[in-house]
This record gives sequence, structure tokens and C-alpha cells, in this order.
Amino acid sequence: MDRSDPAPSGEPDRPSVPEQRSGEDPYLRVNDLRVRFDTSDGVVRAVDGVSFSVQRGRTLGIVGESGSGKSVTSLAVLGLHEEKRTTITGEISVGGRQLVGLPEEEVRRLRGRDMAMIFQDPLSALHPYFTVGRQIAEAYRVHHPKAGKRAARQRAVDMLGRVGIPQPARRFDQYPHEFSGGMRQRAMIAMALVNDPDLLIADEPTTALDVTVQAQILDLLADLQAEFHSAIIMITHDLGVVSQIADEVLVMYGGRAVEHGSVEQVLRRPQHPYTWGLLSSVPSLHGDADADLVPIAGNPPSLINLPSGCAFHPRCRYADRNGDRSRTEVPQLRPAGGPGHLVACHLSADDRTRLYAEDIAHVGVAR
Amino acid sequence: MSMSPVEGVALAEIGAGGGADVPKEKGFVGRSPGQLAWIRLRRDRTAMVSGVLLIFFVLVALSAPLVELLYGIGPRDQFQGKLDGFGMPLGYAGGVSGDHFFGLEPGLGRDIFVRLVYGLRTSLLIAFAAAVITAVLGIVLGALAGFLGGWLDAVINWVTDLTLAMPFLIIALALTPTLTLRFYGEREAVSPAFGVAVLIAVFAMFGWTSTARLVRGQVIALREREFVEAARASGAGLGHMIFRQLLPNIWAPILVSFSLAVPQFITSEAALSFIGVGLTEETPSFGRMIYESLDYLQTDPAFVFFPGITIFALVFAFNLFGDALRDALDPKSSR
Amino acid sequence: MSARNAAQRSPAVANEGQAGMSASSAAPAVAGEPLLRVRGLSKHFPVRDGLRGGGLVRAVDGLDFDVRPGETLGLVGESGCGKTTTGRMLVRLLEPTAGTIEFAGRDITHAGRRELRPLRQDLQIIFQDPYASLNPRHTVGRIVAMPLQVNGINPPGGVKARVRELLELVGLNPEHYNRYPHEFSGGQRQRIGIARALALRPKLIVADEPVSALDVSIQAQVVNLLRDLQRDLGLAFVFIAHDLAVVRHFCQRVAVMYLGRIVEIGDRVDIYERPQHPYTRALLSAIPDVTKLGPAGRIRLTGDVPTPLNPPSGCRFRTRCWKAQDICATEEPALVPRDGGRQATACHFPESGPVGAGPDAHAVATGPGARGVGTGPGATAAGVEEVSK
Repeated sequence: MDRSDPAPSGEPDRPSVPEQRSGEDPYLRVNDLRVRFDTSDGVVRAVDGVSFSVQRGRTLGIVGESGSGKSVTSLAVLGLHEEKRTTITGEISVGGRQLVGLPEEEVRRLRGRDMAMIFQDPLSALHPYFTVGRQIAEAYRVHHPKAGKRAARQRAVDMLGRVGIPQPARRFDQYPHEFSGGMRQRAMIAMALVNDPDLLIADEPTTALDVTVQAQILDLLADLQAEFHSAIIMITHDLGVVSQIADEVLVMYGGRAVEHGSVEQVLRRPQHPYTWGLLSSVPSLHGDADADLVPIAGNPPSLINLPSGCAFHPRCRYADRNGDRSRTEVPQLRPAGGPGHLVACHLSADDRTRLYAEDIAHVGVAR
Repeated sequence: MSMSPVEGVALAEIGAGGGADVPKEKGFVGRSPGQLAWIRLRRDRTAMVSGVLLIFFVLVALSAPLVELLYGIGPRDQFQGKLDGFGMPLGYAGGVSGDHFFGLEPGLGRDIFVRLVYGLRTSLLIAFAAAVITAVLGIVLGALAGFLGGWLDAVINWVTDLTLAMPFLIIALALTPTLTLRFYGEREAVSPAFGVAVLIAVFAMFGWTSTARLVRGQVIALREREFVEAARASGAGLGHMIFRQLLPNIWAPILVSFSLAVPQFITSEAALSFIGVGLTEETPSFGRMIYESLDYLQTDPAFVFFPGITIFALVFAFNLFGDALRDALDPKSSR
Repeated sequence: MSARNAAQRSPAVANEGQAGMSASSAAPAVAGEPLLRVRGLSKHFPVRDGLRGGGLVRAVDGLDFDVRPGETLGLVGESGCGKTTTGRMLVRLLEPTAGTIEFAGRDITHAGRRELRPLRQDLQIIFQDPYASLNPRHTVGRIVAMPLQVNGINPPGGVKARVRELLELVGLNPEHYNRYPHEFSGGQRQRIGIARALALRPKLIVADEPVSALDVSIQAQVVNLLRDLQRDLGLAFVFIAHDLAVVRHFCQRVAVMYLGRIVEIGDRVDIYERPQHPYTRALLSAIPDVTKLGPAGRIRLTGDVPTPLNPPSGCRFRTRCWKAQDICATEEPALVPRDGGRQATACHFPESGPVGAGPDAHAVATGPGARGVGTGPGATAAGVEEVSK
């Protein structure tokens, strides 16, 4: 991200924008990514000019609701999209290699070895007719053709143990349906990590899980990251998950980034009315339980039929403050708040500060 | 890693989000799923071509007497004078001429065109009647078995298996003459209507199983759905559940299976008539004509050609239309 | 068996448990006879498993609770705890195996369709999945009118007027009467489901995870709508959810379920401020808190919920409980009221005080280095790893 302000030197251990830390280059760099699908109902701009980067050892949380383009972004990074109907432009560089335009064969080689994905529903990602262990061992052998069957099995058993599955040697020979939901998600993580990927993309990995199991999985991801020093992209709609695991947050709406900054900035000093709405509509375990939540009016937009100008304007309480601008002009990401904090909103900085203090700061989890 | 979960995610993301709050359509009239299917069907060229062809066939069959009037020749009129000494039609291509569009039958010298028009009428009547009866039987039995379950389901399933286990051809071969003998004497002339009725009955007896299975499966899949539970929680009775809640959701597969059953019955009728257990000689029918034409395969190929091509076009159009209908009603099943 | 005794003892206990209404509760305390009275409610599903032979899944195993008119009771727990099964039994979509359900003083446990008919109007359900709960082939008008139609009710002014009124009540455009469900978004569909449930002017609504399938920004809209309806129409709710934060915003009383049993029941303020059962405390502390950044200190339960096919002996939570002792494996704790009877807990070693500050603080792990290793379903080892940094 070259366009953000230079970082102040001597930041503490939680810098506001991680990629500005001197020393390490970002492992993944996505610049002006655009993904378009041609459907019978028209062209869908699922991702429309999104940029971000992640360093090794750091976690980027991508937050958004259904139709925000957050999952499509991650699929584009992995090269998992249907060639025929999809057009991808922009830059995706992984470990210094440019992915967009690379032959499918090369991307496939990178996928699984350098980058891996964890899905929301492990049942659909694990093949029901093969044992869990065999699938993990095969994922290993694809990228380590010289490894023998025995070595691959040993590696798979090690990984199963590493993700906290008890009796991994026995579990190796079991089928996905014999695993509970939490165990299956652990097995998925084992499969994703079997080749020591440098980049791990987790798409709502805990949404289908119970809270106590979700807590285990989030802990596990944090531990594994500390151990393997991988970059993680956590895609979620749950701000709670983001607050726990992310270093940096990208808020997406209607296929565009609306706010980007450190987790501290986005959750503590949010700048975009959409982020405010997310924070004020999440029920909290603290505070006045009888106070009404402050929801965002209306419904998430359809990517096929995106509102003009700022895609959020039909749901925004403050859309009229700048005349017709929100309806006619797409707001660009601009520096706001602290260093590296970016927001795409037509409101002036003063307006944002005042409105946030007046309307939002005292409700829901935004307090 | 397979592609399927990935595509699912992407499609879910795109498909999500409401369009209803953007009232850009004219007025506030919603489009029903049926209307949407109709729009998809209209866009499908194969469906339109085969559909027009089918409508043409049906219209011709319905207006057979009118055709006869305009054409000036009846299905039983014989033109012995236009045959040579061996009973073969004079002229080229089996006697095709301005008077006889498709030529004449060798032997009796009847006009092939008008017999085909009447044959179409017979075939479509039998096929449609059989398809309607099998659909009704299948829907009722399948819906009851699927929705109520328990012993009724077991009994209906058992009967279905039994029916499927019976060899259709052998039973049809054995049953048709027996039934005919039961109602008509050894030497009595069998009325054409009776032959048609027997064929429809035989088809109905064997045809309902596939519809019943289809409906039963669909009902079982739907009966635990929450909208059915909602009706149950409001105290709805059996009739409401089946006719108001369930059946409207399974019309699509029933319609598809109906549209594919019709050509199947057309060919079955032809096959039965071909082996001689179907209709009597004087009833015009495709199977009968092809059966009779086989003797002349070498000497008068036109006699085989015209009935053959007509039945092929009819069945092909039906099958194409059935497939297009399936795609229109369930866009997910097609790729 | 002591477990049996406990189950038989508990009815009285549950009564006492709700004797006092919390002073801080928003809705006025409603006195008098409970609208819904559930005693010893159980549902066992027989399963046939080719490998292990037959068995019984004790999905719900002896529940006791009351709901008073206009009161909201939250039924919370993780998947497999039996909360959904309970909800379906309450509206009689499932036949209870044992126990009784009394509604407005009448025993409806095994009532037939005809006997239920007058009560159906007072007892309705809202479903979780806004996509599966509306008949895709019916217009919105027909869907909302369905309860009126099947009960042969013709409201003054006609069905159509009533439906429009209902659509307006749930915040939908009444002009959308002729539209089909696929033309609506998830949140709007859920509103249609709510309108249908309100059509007969019920007294009690069972809401089965009504907001779990919705987008975050929409959840709050629907929760607010339900709150307004509850207040304005004086509805009683049994609100089934896995999200404790949502329940806190909607319910006056909360019952926490684990493996088919209620482990703790009490007023909202007690459950959230002074939870006594270790499971309640673990559940509360497992919810990611947006107000705290970074890996938060929390009670780490390990492993998964054991299978209800073969629940642990004694206390069902003991396989994941850090306080489990020998007695927990042999004797099932009864749902006993404490603190003057407002709150009832089924635990041999109940806690006190807010989460994280009580004696269970030793089980709270801090820092990113901490790690819990699963012990798997049915494992008997104590489930919490003690980590200190």
C-alpha cells in the first residue's frame, strides 16, 4: 500500500498499519483487484478495485455481509474461479510472484503448497468416501512427489495430532462422517497446513461451529500462526471473531473496500457509517440489555444491481449531508483518523467525528 | 480440493441480497416461479421449435376429419386402379402425386397421408390418455405413501415393486387377447374403440410406478420442510398439506415426467401394434403401418419411410421439449 | 438411581426457581398462572445403527419450566442440546416421549389435531430458515393468510385486509401482497414468517433461532421488531437461540441447556451477571467480545459435546468440566434453587460471582501461547487445561 502515509518510526509492538513496519515485505499484495462474472442477468462486479496486503505472521480480517464480495476476493487470490465466465484484473502477488495471468498449472502448484484455504463447511470440502488421513496424506504427496506413502502417512498423523485431534493414528483411518463438526474443522486445518503454506485463507471457518468449539479453533489458528509464521486472511461476518484474531481489518460492502486499518482503529475509532452500523447492531454481553439495538436500515445490496455512487447510500443515515454526491460519485479510499487508516466516505472528517460521538459511541458494542 | 464448495460460495455471494426493495418492475405484481420458468422456456430456441412442432401435430390430429374433408380422401378409401398387377402403386416413390401426398399402400391401395393423419390421432389419444391416467394414479399413490408413511407407504411400495417386476411385454401379449375374448366372441369383429381402451388400460397399469416413485421421493424431501411444518403448526389437515402445500412444489418434475411419458407411450403403442397385440387392422396407427410396410421394404421403401419419419419426428419433438421443460423448470440441473 | 430421583424432584424446584422476578427486568412482572407449564418433558429417538445395534438418542431428557403470559424465556445451548426438539414439542410438531405440556391450564401433551385446533390460535412458531419456511409457490398474501384459511377464520374486514395489516405490523409494504418469497431478502422473508405466526393473534410464540440465519445488520432489525411486538401485543415467547448475546437483549428469563437437560435457569440478570453452572460460565466466556481486542482471557472448554446416544453418567457436563469430582460421575445433580430461589442450577459445585472473577478464574487462560488439546467426544478426562502465562 504505497499510497498511505509513511509510518511514524518507533511504533510499539502493535503498529497501526502492519505493512508499514520496516524490514519485512508483505507476503501477499493485492492491488486494485477486480472480479467480474458474466451471468444471464448481467455483469456482476463481485469485487471492484480492492487493495490490501498481508505480512507473514499477521492476520487480516475481511469483514462483510453476504454479497459483499469477501469470499470472491479470497477465491480470486487462490485462483479458484471458473475461467470461462470470470474476468480478473489487477495485481495479486504472492511471495513476490504475480498471479494474475499466470497459467492455471502454475497457480495450481502454488495452491496447497504456498497458500491454502479453510472452508466454512468441512463436510463439503472433505470427500466422504476416503478416510480423512488418506486425504491429508494425498494433499501432502501432491506437492512432495518424492515422499513415500509411509512418510506421507506419518506427516498426516503428525498434523492431525498437531491440530489437537486425540489418538491421531487411529483417527487417520476414519471417514469424515465419523468426526464431529469441530473435529472435521480441525482435520480441514490439518489438511490446509500439511504443506506448511505461507498464506492461509480461512473463509468463515467457525460460523458453523458452536461457540465453545469456535473458541478452540480460533486459539488453534493463533497458535499455529505463532508456530509457522504464516500470513492469515480471516473472512468473517463476525466482528467478535475479528477482534480476537485480526491485526488488521478490511471492511467490504458491495464489492468495494469501505474501511481499512488496524483492528484497533477500525473497531475503536471506526470512520465509515457502515462499520458504525455493524458495531451498533451487534448485541453485547455488557451494558443496558433493554436498550434497543441500532440496526442498519434496509437490506444488503445485490451485486447484480448495485446502487449508484456510494453503494451504501440507500442505507446510510447521513447520505443527504453532501447533496447528491453519495448518489453520483463513488467515494475513494482516503486516509482518515490515524496513520494508515483508510475510509471511503464522502463525509468530512469533522462530520464523522461528531456524528460518531453523537449517534454511535454509546450503543451496542461500539461503546 | 474440489471445485464444488468454491463455486457454491461464489454463487451464494452473488445470489444473495434482496431485489424486492427495488420496485423497478411495473406495479407490484410479483413473478411467480411458474412465470419465471415460462420466460426461460421462451428464451430456449429448441423448446420453441419442438413446441411449435408438437402443437402442429396435435392440431393436425384434432382436425383429422377436417383434413379428410379438404383432402377429399378417407382413411379406408381404396384406389386399386392406381396399382399395378402385383399390387404395387404406379408412379415414383410409392405413388406420390398431387392427389396422394405420401403415395399409396401396396396391396389395398389406401392413401398413406390420410391414414397417417388418423394414425397420429390414435397414437396421441392413446399416449395422452395413458399419460394422464398414470400421472393421476402416480400422484395420488405417491403423495399418500410419501406423506403418510407407515404401513400405507410399505403397501404402496410393495405393489410398486411387484408391478415393476412383471414383464410388460409378456403380460401385454397374454392379457390383450384374453380380454378381447372375454368381451367379444371368437369370430366377432372387435370395435376399434375397444382396442384403444385395452391399450390405454395396459399402459396405465404399468406406467404409474415411475410417477409414484418420483412423487413419493419429492414429498418425503418436502414434508420436513419448515413451510410444511408451519402449516401443520397452524392445524392444517391432510388435504391442505398435500394439495396446497406440497403438490404446487412438485408440479415441475411431474410435468417433465409427463412430457417424457407421452413419447414413450407412442413408441410402446407402435411396438405393440407391430407385434400384433395392439390395434385391429382397420384402426389407423403408426405401429400397424410400419408392421405392414416391412414386407415391402425392398420393393416400396416409401411405404416404410413416411410412417417412420413421422413417428420419429413426433417422438423426437416430445423428448426435446421434455428436456427443455426440465431445464426451464429447474435451471440448476442443467449446465 | 439418584438421577431418576433428581428428575422427579425437579418440578417443584423449577417453580421455586422462578418465584421472584428480577427488579431490573424491563417488562412488568406478570403474576398468576403460567401460560405454559412443562414437566418432565422428554423426547427419545430410536436409532438403528448397523454397527452398534439399536439405541436411544435422548435428545430431550426431563425438562421442567414455566412461561407466564407476556414473559420471554430464552432456551440456549449448543447444537445437539435439544433446544430445537423442545420447541417442536411445544407446538406439537413432535410427539413427546414422556412428560406433560400444559397450555393455558389444559394438558396438550398428546392432544389430537381436532382437540388442538382452538389452542393452535394461541400457540405459534417462527422458524430459523427464512428460505425453507415459506412455500416458494405461494404469494406472500397466501402465506400469511394460511393460518386463517386452515382454521376457517374470516376476520372482520376480510382476510386480505387482515393480511395487509399484518404485513404493515412487521414492517413490510402491504402492496407486496402479490409477490413471491424469492423476491425478498432474508430479513424480509423472516418478517413474512413473523407475520404468519401473528395471523391468529397468538398468546405464545416459539421462536426457533429466528435471527441466526440473517446477516449481522439485519439481525438487529428483526430482534428490535420482535421486542416491539412482544411489548405491544403482550406476547409470551420461548426464544430458542445459541447466541447468548441476542438472548440477553430479548429474554427476561433464560434456561441453559446441555445434552437434553436444563443445567441452569434464572432471570436474565442472574444468568449473565452471576452464572452458577460451570457450563453457563464457559459459554459466556467463549463468546468473542468485540470490546476486547486480541486473544481474550476465557474459560477453554475442550472437546465437543458428547453424543446424546450415550450421554455420560451422572452430570452430563462432567467430561468437559474442570471442577468434576467423583460424585459428578455417579450422581446426577438436581436443578436446585440458590440465592433465595430466583436461580436454579444443576451442579454439585456451583460457582458464584461474575465470570472470570470467581473461583473459576484459575481456568481462564490468557495469552496467545495457551492451547487446548481436544479430548474427543465421550472422553472422561477433565476438559480444561490450566494455563497461566
